[in-house]
Amino acid sequence: MSANLPPSPAGRTPVIGPGHDVGSIIDKISSIVLTRDIARGWFLLLSITGMGVLMLGTSIAWLLIRGVGIWGINEPVAWGFDIINFVWWIGIGHAGTLISAILLLLRQEWRTSINRFSEAMTLFAVMCAGMYPALHVGRPWLAFWLFPLPNTMSMWPQFRSPLLWDVFAVSTYATVSALFWYVGLIPDFATLRDKAQNKVGKVIFGMAAMGWRGATRHWDRYEVAYLLLAGLATPLVVSVHTVVSFDFAVSVIPGWHATIMPPYFVAGAVYSGFAMVLTLMLPVRAAYRLHDFITLRHIENMGKIMLATGLIVAYGYTMELFFGWYSGTLAEGFMVKNRVMGAAATAYAALIFCNIITPQLLWFKKVRVNLWLMFVISIIVNIGMWLERYVIVVTCLERDFLPSAWGDFHPTVWDWSMFIGSICFFVFMMLLFIRFIPMIPIFEMRALIPKSQAGARAGQAGSSSTSTPH
Amino acid sequence: MSADHTTEPGLHGVMAEYADEHSLLAGIHKAKAEGFTDMEAYTPAPSHDVITALGVTNRVSTIVFFGGATGACFGFLMQYWVSAMAYPLNVGGRPYNSWPAFIVIVFECTILFAALSAVIGMLLLNGLPQPYHPVFNVPQFSRASQDRYFLVVHSTDPKFDPRSTMEKLQGSHPLSVAEVQN
Repeated sequence: MSANLPPSPAGRTPVIGPGHDVGSIIDKISSIVLTRDIARGWFLLLSITGMGVLMLGTSIAWLLIRGVGIWGINEPVAWGFDIINFVWWIGIGHAGTLISAILLLLRQEWRTSINRFSEAMTLFAVMCAGMYPALHVGRPWLAFWLFPLPNTMSMWPQFRSPLLWDVFAVSTYATVSALFWYVGLIPDFATLRDKAQNKVGKVIFGMAAMGWRGATRHWDRYEVAYLLLAGLATPLVVSVHTVVSFDFAVSVIPGWHATIMPPYFVAGAVYSGFAMVLTLMLPVRAAYRLHDFITLRHIENMGKIMLATGLIVAYGYTMELFFGWYSGTLAEGFMVKNRVMGAAATAYAALIFCNIITPQLLWFKKVRVNLWLMFVISIIVNIGMWLERYVIVVTCLERDFLPSAWGDFHPTVWDWSMFIGSICFFVFMMLLFIRFIPMIPIFEMRALIPKSQAGARAGQAGSSSTSTPH
Repeated sequence: MSADHTTEPGLHGVMAEYADEHSLLAGIHKAKAEGFTDMEAYTPAPSHDVITALGVTNRVSTIVFFGGATGACFGFLMQYWVSAMAYPLNVGGRPYNSWPAFIVIVFECTILFAALSAVIGMLLLNGLPQPYHPVFNVPQFSRASQDRYFLVVHSTDPKFDPRSTMEKLQGSHPLSVAEVQN
């Protein structure tokens, strides 16, 4: 991918630690996968999150037996945790596509070492997200009615509804993300096939590599296909959260019916996605000693993107408040007042603190290169973005036009068990991924080597704050 | 496509192994100067110099274009047929063919079909998945996915002759030269 890229500007901190050659990169990345040892910490985490997955399974089973009544949803709040979590998870997925596709097209080569990790995150986040609307339909075994399939009732979906657009957007997104991820993996599977010592590894990686042998004619087609996939994924990722926001914006509910929703949702998605990448990557980087591949430059750049998208989100919040007043509509004005000072005032204040005030720290380079602070900020932003969806979904539905139709939402234990269970499922899948699949693209990293040596020389001449591993 | 070169029974071609891309390029130029035309190079990572040296072109982007166009047509016609012909629904008095509302799904279908045709087209043109290929018979070739570069002159080349081809490839100073058995 990177062979046709221009050399990185001199004087930048390197994207790969000094002293690495092709062999050391391959050994380092493949040894994580090919080792026979099972790290104790990894196994412990896998067991804990595995129990969480069982809890998720139990919650789903009980839901199938009893129906959606086990959740806190009712009229008027028919969209509770399921839609909050759906939007939250889909948003988290967006950073993966942004890193793998948009940053590739923008020739940001620092993305290379974090792209597969965040793409995997995208896949698992979309799995978590897709679960919620499917279960929320009430009779999940009939969820296939969402798709235009011939049936004995001669009925067809209603294509003018954003809810159906969502079905197409999310299923396309899941498919394209999986394709993009797998295509990127094929050459690395071939490397692992050739490096694997035991028979099982050879066979499994061999099948996954599909007989890849690195022929030039293959590489030529491969590069075009990969680049086109990136080009296709870029408008797709923007469309997905736009369509998710249409679910809200196309309705007439005060607080939902706003043109600011699409850009504000997309920015929020990228914002929460990068926060989740940092939350997961910082511990993995420490545990597997990947300091040379995921350098402070990566972490700093992610901090900058979080700051930029966080400011767009802040603009969105401001506009929501402004239009509550400017619309001159009683219902809109009341919605804003209720959101800031009503029953969910604590949640609103917390979300302003998490999403607007905390990330202002990212203006400072000292903060952006402080791993502990970045980890804490990323978790705060994750919480803040969940609260944002909670406030948007719940407060608007609780208090709409007619006071006689007002009602309150109280999540039940099953709401929480499914939410926590989905987080466990996500982490569980990530743990399996980092153990069994190379989490850093080997063949793309090797393209960075000559440049990184040049960069390292330039880096030593200038500021060298990154030369000491943390 | 390099999948089938079986005119000389038992021999796929002759393989030269190089330590780096630079020597591989020198080897390609040498082989071209010797008059060989039917060659394939194997590299651990994509290299534009090697692609240019071998004069390789591909049709993936054409396939993707037609894939995307098919997706767009499919997306619109499906919605038109369902909404205006098979199951007409009056939604808020809008026309049955309310095309602005169909744009999103047309877009998603375009992307989906284009992406699928990119991946499937690339794999099919490459002849993958392919469980067996003669180059894997050469033991050194297991490093083709790591740090070695290989050039294979196929036995289908008009100038191919096992012994003289090996000697000519030796002239480009490879690490090793080997026959590739089918």
